[in-house]
Amino acid sequence: MTGKRVTFSNTWLAALLIAPQLLLVFTFFYWPAGEALYWSFTLEPPFGGENQWVGWQNFKTVFEDPLYWNSVRISVIFALSSTALAMGIALILATFVDRQLPGYQAYRFMYFWPYAVAAPAVGLAFRFIFAPDAGFVSALNQWYPGIWNPARDGFDAVVLITLANAWSMVAYNFIFFLAGLQSIPRSLNEAAAMDGSGVLRRMADIQFPLLAPTFFFLVVINLTDSFVNSFGIVDITTAGGPARATDLMVYKIYSDGFKGKDYSLAAAQSLVLMLLVISLTFIQFRYVERRVHYT
Amino acid sequence: MVERTPILNILTHLILITGLIMLLVPLWIVFVASTHDFRTVNTVPMPLWPGNQMVANYTIAWQQSGFGPKMLNSFIVAIGVTAGKIAIAAISAYSIVYFNYRFRSLFFWLIFVTLMLPLEVRIVPTYAVAANVLRPYQELLDATGISTVIGALAGIKITLPEWSMLNSYTGLILPLIATATGTFLYRQFYLTVPDELAEAAKMDGAGPLRFFWDVLLPLSRTNMAALGTIMFVYSWNQYLWPLLIITDIANYGTAVMQLQRLVPGPLFGEPPRWHIAMAGTLMVMTPPLLVVIFMQRWFVRGLVSTDK
Repeated sequence: MTGKRVTFSNTWLAALLIAPQLLLVFTFFYWPAGEALYWSFTLEPPFGGENQWVGWQNFKTVFEDPLYWNSVRISVIFALSSTALAMGIALILATFVDRQLPGYQAYRFMYFWPYAVAAPAVGLAFRFIFAPDAGFVSALNQWYPGIWNPARDGFDAVVLITLANAWSMVAYNFIFFLAGLQSIPRSLNEAAAMDGSGVLRRMADIQFPLLAPTFFFLVVINLTDSFVNSFGIVDITTAGGPARATDLMVYKIYSDGFKGKDYSLAAAQSLVLMLLVISLTFIQFRYVERRVHYT
Repeated sequence: MVERTPILNILTHLILITGLIMLLVPLWIVFVASTHDFRTVNTVPMPLWPGNQMVANYTIAWQQSGFGPKMLNSFIVAIGVTAGKIAIAAISAYSIVYFNYRFRSLFFWLIFVTLMLPLEVRIVPTYAVAANVLRPYQELLDATGISTVIGALAGIKITLPEWSMLNSYTGLILPLIATATGTFLYRQFYLTVPDELAEAAKMDGAGPLRFFWDVLLPLSRTNMAALGTIMFVYSWNQYLWPLLIITDIANYGTAVMQLQRLVPGPLFGEPPRWHIAMAGTLMVMTPPLLVVIFMQRWFVRGLVSTDK
């Protein structure tokens, strides 16, 4: 259902009201998305002039580039591990906050805070805390020199951006898990308690299964978010380094398009990322639809 | 709940406190580091208790980064995005829900689809549009043959003026408004408003604008607060987009952009002045944090209902 039973019939006014949004969406969404499509199938001639149609050539260049696959591999590892970490922690915190022991409001209140912190600020903070020669984690290096250095060791760098990303996503997941838990009827829990099942048993057999729709929704949101919104963290903490160990897909689009000035190559990569995000969104719609049958 | 579980209760508090430490320690370390002098902040391990250099560090960070004008720019952009988003979302959803015309489902879907592709994914072509906003329309005119027809009839060649949004507030604000988040939230809200209200208003002779202004808008106050909080945080925290379109940093730079210049280290050939960097970080993250803390109730409700 899109509209109401009772409606107004002034079509000109209706058009006028929706025009600004449509103009904006056309100018800053549909046109650019279409242009990305066009660019990814054309190449700008070296001496200027109209773009020339080259078919799948840009995609071939992208897919034959081992650096691209490197960036895909890192993005997938990064997305999966930060999603698992952020959701796991948020789920544990939300289920225990939902027990509503005295003082639970205080926890709930402060768990929201990281949501408000900008990604590059998280990046800068984590860069300091995990710096090899200052800050906090560097104590490890005094104890066992050279064990931790995200500026030189690719693995350490991936760990660093994953932790930073997970930290900034916990709050969001927590909010949704808690909302999901609170929408489970209290009577279910009470009935189970009357039947003699303990707190942990009720979590495993009642709360977690009923949270499944929220869970799947969050998996998709977290994955999309890690693929798309990780630029701020990567740019500040590692700038894609060392030796491209943290060259995530969004970061590569940015460096190829704006530093390398190769719009066609960047557009082809954008298109691949768009398809990835769109397919994740479709999966989400399926689950959103399924969640309706749950309740 | 019903039973007594003293051991589990202690365990619960332990887990929750561990979570609290994990989430708040980074913020605490940023704060502590911003209160020490250069030497202390670079000792390993760093002290866990604040020092006495707070005022000095914050003054240096504020002046060195020119945070005065940058914070002002961030506020202008955040408030522009928030107000613009609420206004546009409220009226476009009103058009879709309360008017009956042929294309309204199509329009709804056209707007709704934009939820799928965030700005970051289409950043390169969006940048090209921002460099000359009227180019899409010029190319449309050319491609549909309208300009040829007019050229043949009136002998004038239509060339739209070049309008660049680079280095401007409009460029920082408008692309962030062009999404469906708020429209969707408002549509959901309008659908829950009872039909009797519109009926009664019509019977009393109120037109569509009057009904919108006097009945719907006041009813949507909670909605506005929720959307406003989310949009404020979202637009204040924008990083990649401003970084691309603002080259005139002295006049249009935002606070979050400035973080890139705060990164200390041998890369830039200067000593690791982490105390200044952390003071800057804390200042940049404070405004949205305060908004979230004060608006928590509305913001949580809004967040849960926008994304579902």
